[in-house]
Parts: sequence; structure tokens; C-alpha cells
Amino acid sequence: MQLEKFSYDNKIVRNFLFATALWGLVGFLVGLICAIEMFWPQLTNGISFLSFGRLRPLHTNAVIFAFVGNAIFAGVYHSLQRLVKARMYSDVLSKIHFWGWQLIIVAAAITLPLGYSTGKEYAELEWPIDISIALVWVIFGWNMMGTILKRRVKHLYVAIWFYIASWATVAVLHIVNSIELPVSFLKSYSMYAGVQDALVQWWYGHNAVAFFLTTPFLGLMYYYVPKAAGRPVFSYRLSIIHFWALIFIYIWAGPHHLLYTALPDWAQSLGTVFSIMLIAPSWGGMLNGLLTLRGAWDKVRDDVVLKFMVVAITAYGMVTFEGPMLSLKSLNAMTHYTDWIVGHVHLGALGWNGCMIFAMLYFIIPRIFQTKLHSQKMANWHFWLATASIIFYAIPMYWAGIVQNQMWREFNADGTLTNQNFLDTVTQLIPMYATRAIGGSIFIVGVLLMFYNLYKTVKSGKLLANEEAEAYPLAKANVKHEKEHWHRWIEKRPIQMLLLSIVVILIGGAIEMIPTFLVKSNIPSITSVQPYTPLELEGRDLYIREGCYNCHSQMIRPFRWETERYGDYSKAGEFVYDHPFQWGSKRTGPDLAREGVKTGRLYKPNDWHFNHLLVPDSVSDGSIMPRYPWLLNKLDSKTLEGKITAMRKMGVPYPEGYESKASGDMRLQAKEVAKPLYDNIDGLMISDETYDKIAAGEMKLEETEMVAVIAYLQRLGTDIYPKATKK
Amino acid sequence: MLKFIKHHLDTIDGVEIFPVLSFLIFFSVFLFALIYVVKADKSHMDEMSNLPLDNKN
Repeated sequence: MQLEKFSYDNKIVRNFLFATALWGLVGFLVGLICAIEMFWPQLTNGISFLSFGRLRPLHTNAVIFAFVGNAIFAGVYHSLQRLVKARMYSDVLSKIHFWGWQLIIVAAAITLPLGYSTGKEYAELEWPIDISIALVWVIFGWNMMGTILKRRVKHLYVAIWFYIASWATVAVLHIVNSIELPVSFLKSYSMYAGVQDALVQWWYGHNAVAFFLTTPFLGLMYYYVPKAAGRPVFSYRLSIIHFWALIFIYIWAGPHHLLYTALPDWAQSLGTVFSIMLIAPSWGGMLNGLLTLRGAWDKVRDDVVLKFMVVAITAYGMVTFEGPMLSLKSLNAMTHYTDWIVGHVHLGALGWNGCMIFAMLYFIIPRIFQTKLHSQKMANWHFWLATASIIFYAIPMYWAGIVQNQMWREFNADGTLTNQNFLDTVTQLIPMYATRAIGGSIFIVGVLLMFYNLYKTVKSGKLLANEEAEAYPLAKANVKHEKEHWHRWIEKRPIQMLLLSIVVILIGGAIEMIPTFLVKSNIPSITSVQPYTPLELEGRDLYIREGCYNCHSQMIRPFRWETERYGDYSKAGEFVYDHPFQWGSKRTGPDLAREGVKTGRLYKPNDWHFNHLLVPDSVSDGSIMPRYPWLLNKLDSKTLEGKITAMRKMGVPYPEGYESKASGDMRLQAKEVAKPLYDNIDGLMISDETYDKIAAGEMKLEETEMVAVIAYLQRLGTDIYPKATKK
Repeated sequence: MLKFIKHHLDTIDGVEIFPVLSFLIFFSVFLFALIYVVKADKSHMDEMSNLPLDNKN
């Protein structure tokens, strides 16, 4: 056999590395703005595209898909070529992949602040972008599998299994969760409603953490930790168990995001059980990574790459212990909707993903630029800043979570809530929010040091765009070993590995979801639950546009301290027309599920809502809600007919032909909603200019977006009390 | 009122089988992997674990 000469493509690796660093910085800065807005809500006063509800999806999407996403691609393109001793399958596909992904990120960075959102967490991007993601993802998979198929190494190293399984699962998750019905170019509705939408969304959300933030990084860990330590992984046997157990268990655990909600108990218990089981493979993997450094700990002292890796793997260990603990129903009852969860995810994102990415950057860039890192000292500073900042970030959040839980459930001796006003709690959290922002800032200072250090490194070297390599070609006929084991068989068959991974994750997904889809016909329908009126529907879309779900839940759990505060607990049958569901996952503000119930504790008249949306602290002293002056703009209801038709297609029982009457009904209801506003026009928090416009008839309150939002808020939770609220 | 959030699945025939099935599937895959790992020969494991170190960069 003749030795074959070929070259590794380092240019594409460089591109993805630069992209991850750049988008990372953008994502962190947006996160910092969000963090500051939590204690200084007027920071971006009146600028719609910088309000918290719109920036938070940008922050999460940027960190997950731009920062971590580009890092995955950089790591895969770098390690895969070397593990299979082959250049990437196609330079053209590599380029399309790179530029396609960056375009998607730019599209996200433009559309999310403008309020184009599907309203589903971590899947907010609208349908044209969803389709682009699917296409680019297929290009990535094609390129990856093509490379693997023309490999010069017979067996696939464990890192590659993780890459294959991650690719396959993310494809399935993205497609299933993004099934939506377009209304216009940048507006669509989730095909699923209520409980089903919640289940699909959290099956996706949980497994996006699993198969985007975790399994690709475990693959990277299995390559880069041995590489940086100069010794093989602690136990290859353990890595096999780690792989199969992890991909098998992870896919089932999604419902732990919905404990105590209206999701069927059966699915909740399944989520809890599998979450607990997850500790085993997660910790197996973590120990495998850390123990790879056995006998090499002296290297950790000198090598900043290994330091970052140790912190990353340690953070992974902490997060994967915390996650299952938070899935226990008793602990979940205390931590869900609180800032504890924010601390939890940032330990993962900053610690596990962030530090692993920094390690990769410091490891790969000097190598492909044929030089040494400009300054070890500066990198060490970055390491300490990053590590300290995570502590500064996480501890205040945990503390805030405990405070929230304690204060939310505190009762007086006479059985009334001690902190009846939700703001009692919020105002206690301001110091924690400020400390968190300091933690975030320190993290960013470290990243800026890294930028300078890497810039100098790149300047001092020259990119080895095509790295020469040589290897023997793979013999065509596979020599079959005597008594070959099935696993050894699969280790050299990438396509079969891909299919088996899909089957494995589909079993979990299907067993979890199919029964819950059958539920559709089995949900005890509540006859008084009616579709939204056209005005409420428009208001709901504005609620989604402004990202209200980022801070307000719509799901009252069956606890006395919740029903006492918010009203009757939420029932599955109440959400059957909610495309998408808006249960939320965090209570920076109070739950809104029963906001409109007139006999409820939370009920507020229309003019209160009007003032609250314009100047929240004028009616709620100490409120940290942003102001929404742009809601005084005229409501654009051009697509109303299309919305009604789309909803009917998805099974919402609007009568045939109702779309043509909808806009008339909308105007009627708007007048009704606006009437109390006109009655109290002197009490409204509007400028003199606006007042004059209204007085002169140039501006009509019933035509504003405000009125639609108020109509929606006043509808929330009222359906099960038809007599109490309907005239 | 509790009926609205409980017993959704009562009307699905044999719904109790799902958790059992899930466990069995998981456990058998886990067992298969375990058996393989225990039986795997050492030289192959060493060869596999050295793959990342098989090039200088």
C-alpha cells in the first residue's frame, strides 16, 4: 500500500475560532446589558429593541448558537480531520457551512431585537431562519459524514461518536420543535398548543442543552484533554459506557422543566427518574476527563490550557449534579421560577462551555499559526478572572433563589401571605442582581485580555492554511476479526452508528411524546374555554413580541402559597388554544395566568394596566419592569385575517368565514377596552403632547397596541369563571 | 377540579407499560455496552485511546 499525501484544512478552523470569539463577546455584552437592566431598568429607556424582553432571547441565542455553535464547528473541523487522517470532505461545503451559519446569526441579531419571535425559549427564531438552520445543519452533517467515509483510520474514536450523535439529535430536535404555520414572512404560530407545545418545547430545550451544549463538548473533551495532557484518556472502556448511557438517558429528562405544571403526572415522573439516572453517566464522563490528568497534575500548574479544562470539567461535574437534584420534585418546587436556575445555567455556560472554549482557543490558535502564545501570564490572568467571575455570578443568583423561595411561601399566623406584594421580594434582590453584573463584567474583562493576547499571537505567526500530512489508505476489504464483537463492528461503520444513534434517541422521544399527543383527544375539555377574540389574539402576539414570557410565567402550580397569591392553579384544558404556550420559566415578575380574573387578587383595571405598561414604577413602587412607550403606536392588524385562518387550520374553532368579520369585532372590543381609559384621561401617564393629540382626535387610544395588550391581559385565566367575568 | 390535571392518560390502553418498557430498553442497552466493555481486548482499547495522540498537532 502506498503512503498517501494530503493536507488538513486549517483555514476553516481559524474562521470558526475567530467567529466563536467574536460572537462570544457580543453575546456576553448583550448579557451584561440584560443584567444591568435588572437593577437599572431605565438603562435603555424607551428604546424598543434594547428592552430586556427582546435582548434576553438575543443573549441566549447568541451564547448558545453563535458562541458555543461556532466553537463546536471549530473543534469538530480541527479534531475530526486529524482523528480520521483526512481533509474535510469538501472545501465548498465547509465554506457554505461557515458563511451560512454566520448569516443565520446576523439574521437572528437583527430579527430578535426587532421583536420577531416565535415565543418559544431558545427557539425564538422565525420560520425562514429555522429553515436556513436546518439547511446549514444538513450541509454540516454531509461534510462531516463525507469526511468520515473517506477516512484513513478504520475505527472511529469516541469523540466522533459524540459528534455524530449530536448532529443527528440536534437535527431531530430542531425540526420537531420548529413545526410552525407561517402567517407572514416573519410571523408564524407553533403547530402545537398548550400542554403539547410545552412538552415538545422542553423536550427540545432540555435536549438542546444535552446535545448542543454537552455531548459535542464531551467529544471535544475526549480529544483535547488527552491531547493537551499528552496522554490517552483515563479509561476508553468508561468512555463507551459514558456515550451510550448518556445519549440514551438524556433524551428522556425534558419533562423535569415542567414539574408541578399541568403536564400529566406520568410524564413528570418519567422526567424525574431519568434525570436522577443521568448522574451516573455524567459523572462517569467527568471523572474520565479529570482522571486523564492522573500523573500529569504537575502540568496543570504550568499549562493554562489544562487549567481551563480542569475548571470546565469541574463545572460540568457540579452542574450535572445540580441538575438531577433540581429535578427532584421537592427541590424543584423551591427553585423553579427563581434566579437559582439562572445561576445553574451560567455555571454551565460560563464554566463548562466557556472555559472549554477558551482552552480550545489557547490550544489551537498558536498551533495553526505556527507560533507560541503571546503571553502565558496574560492567559493566566484570564483564567483567574474567568474563574473568580463565575463565583461572583453564581453565588448571588443562588442566594437570590433562596430569598425568592423563602419570601414567596411565607405565611402570617392568620394564613395570609406575608409578602402579598410581589415587589416585596423583587426589591430585596437588587443587591444580588448588581453583584451578578459585576461577576459578568469581570468575565468580560478576562475575555478582552484573551482578545488582545490572541491578536498578538496571530500577528506574530502565519496561518498554516494547508497542513501537510500523510497516511496509508484504508484497505477496501474489512478484515474480519475472529469472533468480532458487535460494538467493534459498529466502531468502523459511521452510517450505522448514525442510524443507531437516531434510533436510540427516537425511542426516548417517542415513548415520551406519543402518549402526550394522544392526550389531545383526551384532555378533559373545559366547555367554557373559548378561542381568543381578534383583539386578544393581536395582544397576545404583542406579548410574544415584547418577550413578556422572559419574566412572567402563566402557570400556577398547585401549592397553597401560589393559589393564595395568584388564584386557582392552572389546568391543562385552559391552554388548548395557546399556539404557542406561554407558561414561561422564570418569575422576575409575578405569574399572569389569572391576571384578568375580576374576583382575583391580581385584578387591575384597564387604566392601571395602561399606566403600568407606560411607567411601571408610577403604579408599582420599586418595579424593575421596562417602560413600553412604543405600545402607544398604532396597532398593525394587516395580517389579522391570515392569523384567524391559520389558527382555524390548527384546530382553533373560529367559525367558517369569521376572518372577514374579525376586524370589525376587533374595533368594537377595542372601543370597549379604551372607554375606561378615556374616562380617566387625566389620570393617564401620558405626555402633554400625547394628551393634546388625543384631545384633538389625531390619536385614538382604541387604535393603539396598548389596548390590544390590555385586552389580552384582562382575558388571562378568566375562561374557567365565565359567570364571574362575562357580562 | 383535580381531574383536569390528572388521569389524562387513563383512556390510553395499557399506559402502565410505558415506564416499564422505557426501563427495559435502557437497561438492556446499558447491559450490552457493559458486557462489551468488560470483554473488550486490551490492545484494541489501547489502540483506540491513543488515536488523538497519533499526530503532532
